[in-house]
Amino acid sequence: MKAPAFTYHRVETVAQSLERLRQFADTGKVIAGGQTLMPILNLRMAAPEHLIDVSRLSELREVRRDGSHWRVGAGVTHAMIEDDRIADFTKGYLQQVAGGIAYRAIRNRGTVGGSLIHSDPSADWPCALLAIDAVAVVRGAGGEREVPLAEFQTGLMSCAIEPDELLVAVRIPQLSESASWAYQKFCRKVGEFAHSICAVVRDPEAKRANVVLGAVGDKPVRLPRLSDALARGLTIQDLASERLAETVQQDLVHAAQVKPGSYAYQLHHTMAMRALGKALQK
Amino acid sequence: MTRITCTVNEQTVVSEVDDRTTLGDWLRDHLHLTGTHLGCEHGVCGACTVWVDEEPVRACITLAAAVDGCRVRSIEGFEDDRTMAVLRESFSEAHGLQCGYCTPGMLLTAHDMLTRGRCENEQQIRHELAGNLCRCTGYTGIVNAIVLARDRLAASKG
Repeated sequence: MKAPAFTYHRVETVAQSLERLRQFADTGKVIAGGQTLMPILNLRMAAPEHLIDVSRLSELREVRRDGSHWRVGAGVTHAMIEDDRIADFTKGYLQQVAGGIAYRAIRNRGTVGGSLIHSDPSADWPCALLAIDAVAVVRGAGGEREVPLAEFQTGLMSCAIEPDELLVAVRIPQLSESASWAYQKFCRKVGEFAHSICAVVRDPEAKRANVVLGAVGDKPVRLPRLSDALARGLTIQDLASERLAETVQQDLVHAAQVKPGSYAYQLHHTMAMRALGKALQK
Repeated sequence: MTRITCTVNEQTVVSEVDDRTTLGDWLRDHLHLTGTHLGCEHGVCGACTVWVDEEPVRACITLAAAVDGCRVRSIEGFEDDRTMAVLRESFSEAHGLQCGYCTPGMLLTAHDMLTRGRCENEQQIRHELAGNLCRCTGYTGIVNAIVLARDRLAASKG
């Protein structure tokens, strides 16, 4: 249960990080809070030769308004969001998600960027940020490029970032006054990785309506039929209708590939209905 | 090897650390501060909880090299701390421990919960404590001990 040997490099700027990443393209790995990577190393599921510590980069902790969006540095910790140490531009959505991640000691070090990069299918940020149409900002030698979260996670613990690139920020839309959201997850024990997550974000002014299911398959899935129904003005009364029951079933079976009648189906169904109920109540 | 300078329990420490050494191993093996216990070594059990810059962290998944310039506080660093004295007394009285393996982590977590005002009721205490495992007590004694400490601290303040 001890990490394999590696060489530790602390960097002070993004430019230095990129230089190190180029230098150790195939053998280096970025570490920020280390709350996913360190367990992986201790369990010897990975053995990078070089660790590049970006946790001191002040640029990665910046949060600033950027038009209709906010640019949140990839090094912002879950606890910073939980404690309102950054601006609240999502009507409390990010705060609720952050406060429910693992345990306080983990939230003090774990970062938004680290969660996205590791792309655990049951992690909170990949699911929550997909539902709000966030965009990953990735920097490499050639400058910055933006990747919508819908394209960022490519599969089980893998994402669309090159070995010599660094995730520097996430662009998150500001929610309108009329927006509503819900985030429901099922854990048998507080703080463990969820067995099912459903995130709902509805912002009619911005023409945004997403119902996303997490902890299902190898990455979070946007449920297209339910999202459409939400966009067309689904109400809380509709939740009891036969038509909606059919829509939920079709999405769970066809979009999320959940086997009807299984325990997982019941769980995802319950989370989806709870999340929709909460979002439509607000 | 990486050279680090930090304070541990208010003492300045300069040390050459093997890059892969965790904060937990460094505290125990190099500074002989064995009050920090290592349980699962992958961030689940909470036995290794210490404070870095006044915030609880997992010493088993924090690198010693990463605490350069930081203030580290382990269970040995609370001898003059009133909240900790009250917590210790309450844990002892309310059967908040049996074998003692989880206790240093429990105390450091409980201290942080009291500081952040996250001990309002039993439900909140149990929620906040979810990251610290105890295999002896069944938690009831620990929760009672934290309630007792909270009330004693409040009474002495008012």
